[in-house]
Amino acid sequence: MTRFGRWLAGHVVLVVGLLVLLYLCVPVLVVILMSFNDPASRNSYTFDGFTLDNWLNICDPYQLCSSVSLSLRIGLLATLAATVLGTLMAFAMVRHRFRGRSAANLLVFLPMATPEIVMGSSLLALFVNAGFAAQLGFWTILVAHVLFCLSFVVVTVKARLAGLDPALEQAAADLYANEWQTFWRVSFPLVFPGILAAALLSFSLSFDDFIITNLNAGQEVTFPMFVWGAAQRGIPPQINVIGTIMFVLALTAVLLGELGSRRRAARR
Amino acid sequence: MTAAAHLPGAETPDGPEIQPRGARRGLTGYVLLLPGGLWLALFFVVPTVVLVATSLYDPSGSLQLGYRMTGHWQNYVDAVRDYSDQILRSLLYALAATGAAILLGYPLAYAIAFKAGRWKNLMLVAVIAPFFTSFLVRTLSWQYLLGDNELIVSALQWLNVLGEGGRLMNTPFAVVTGLTYNFLPFMVLPLYASLEKIDHRLVEAAADLYASPATAFRLVTLRLSMPGLVAGSLLTFIPSAGDYINAQLLGSPNTRMVGNEIQALFGAGDYPTASALSVALMVTIVTMVAIYVRRAGTEDLL
Repeated sequence: MTRFGRWLAGHVVLVVGLLVLLYLCVPVLVVILMSFNDPASRNSYTFDGFTLDNWLNICDPYQLCSSVSLSLRIGLLATLAATVLGTLMAFAMVRHRFRGRSAANLLVFLPMATPEIVMGSSLLALFVNAGFAAQLGFWTILVAHVLFCLSFVVVTVKARLAGLDPALEQAAADLYANEWQTFWRVSFPLVFPGILAAALLSFSLSFDDFIITNLNAGQEVTFPMFVWGAAQRGIPPQINVIGTIMFVLALTAVLLGELGSRRRAARR
Repeated sequence: MTAAAHLPGAETPDGPEIQPRGARRGLTGYVLLLPGGLWLALFFVVPTVVLVATSLYDPSGSLQLGYRMTGHWQNYVDAVRDYSDQILRSLLYALAATGAAILLGYPLAYAIAFKAGRWKNLMLVAVIAPFFTSFLVRTLSWQYLLGDNELIVSALQWLNVLGEGGRLMNTPFAVVTGLTYNFLPFMVLPLYASLEKIDHRLVEAAADLYASPATAFRLVTLRLSMPGLVAGSLLTFIPSAGDYINAQLLGSPNTRMVGNEIQALFGAGDYPTASALSVALMVTIVTMVAIYVRRAGTEDLL
């Protein structure tokens, strides 16, 4: 009985876990389903009929595609800047001695512990007080996005770097490599998976952000802001097409990465 | 910021700082740290100071006429008095979402760590899969799932759990469901990370010493997973308390949270009150987090 009880207990946890996983994944399935919806009216968010029209006319809703393009541009630039700045900081924090280490740790940690609404409002307070109230737009969004991505990059790259043996770099130095060569030939390739993960995380944080962006965007409209506006007026099914495309692209990237790392592991 | 010193990433402020193994001396460290550090100082530290300053401006000013700094503490009294309902509601919803995320997230993290076998990686990908598509688009799909004539409501009406004409959309339940859903992965991932590290022989040793499975779980597994549980609760509670997307898209005027009001006040140009409300929210959250971390006894674990 106890053995059977334990077996059952084990599988109950697994079944509950799978149900929770279902709760996490059902909304994504709804997004995919709704991308084929043929809505009866603007205000109803029910599945009224199957159509391919949304996929064929993605850019029909006014401003939808321009908002996606803005989010892509901001996402790419913010990812680039945050990844470079954050990787440098992570290297300093793991591989170098400096004074004020705890202050630096705190400075990196605090933005992650601040609610978005507070971070967004303080940035807005800064921009307005500095006289940039009329210039809110592309550059203020970019500044904000680099800020909230930066901490996540530092933490991700630090975790990867902390797992690497510094002896590898010392060995390179013993073999007469200078700091530059050591970095590009030894450290960078080893840390690269961490940097890549940090960049992907940054991009998805940036592409997804609404609360901070909405406060600092001025007249610009990013994709999440478009969705927000649409939710007040009637939701065009095309936003679900964009959601589905993003999902498929990201899933493909993750699965390819997984496949690549398995192949590399097999070769070793 | 006394609370922050106890959170992960922060090290002990007193005593000599522990430098990592193999750390190099010299200027390079400072040079690498400078650009990112400046960015954080200029766009995080300075704005926080400006926000506090703005919260003390004379509220009779405006964006066009300019504000006078008058040390107007009355802004805080007004903000907390006028919006106490929304502040309390935010904390209540965030607590409910955190509790629900623990109840749902713990079995899932446990199943991935100990029961998934070779499906472990696939299940982890499924946990982060929702992130692959937009937060707002996902939240909107709850409008469909909890809609009046859809499956869930019909089933609950058939079971008489919901009365005739009973709804889920535009209720506090819908808002908490959305919050739980949106932040659940932030609960599952740290929990999984700390569960996965547990040496299973410790649980077996407890069983050998005649602990029932429940006692072994309570005294060994649960205690060793506390750092993950605390980290997960913070990662769920903090963003939930500041969120207003779920309240707006799934709730009604009766479920407005403090985030809705801060956003609306900034939109209306009332910067002093908006800033005071924002600072009040931050102070409340930091206080609650400090008490929680102390109570959970995880200061040294983190």
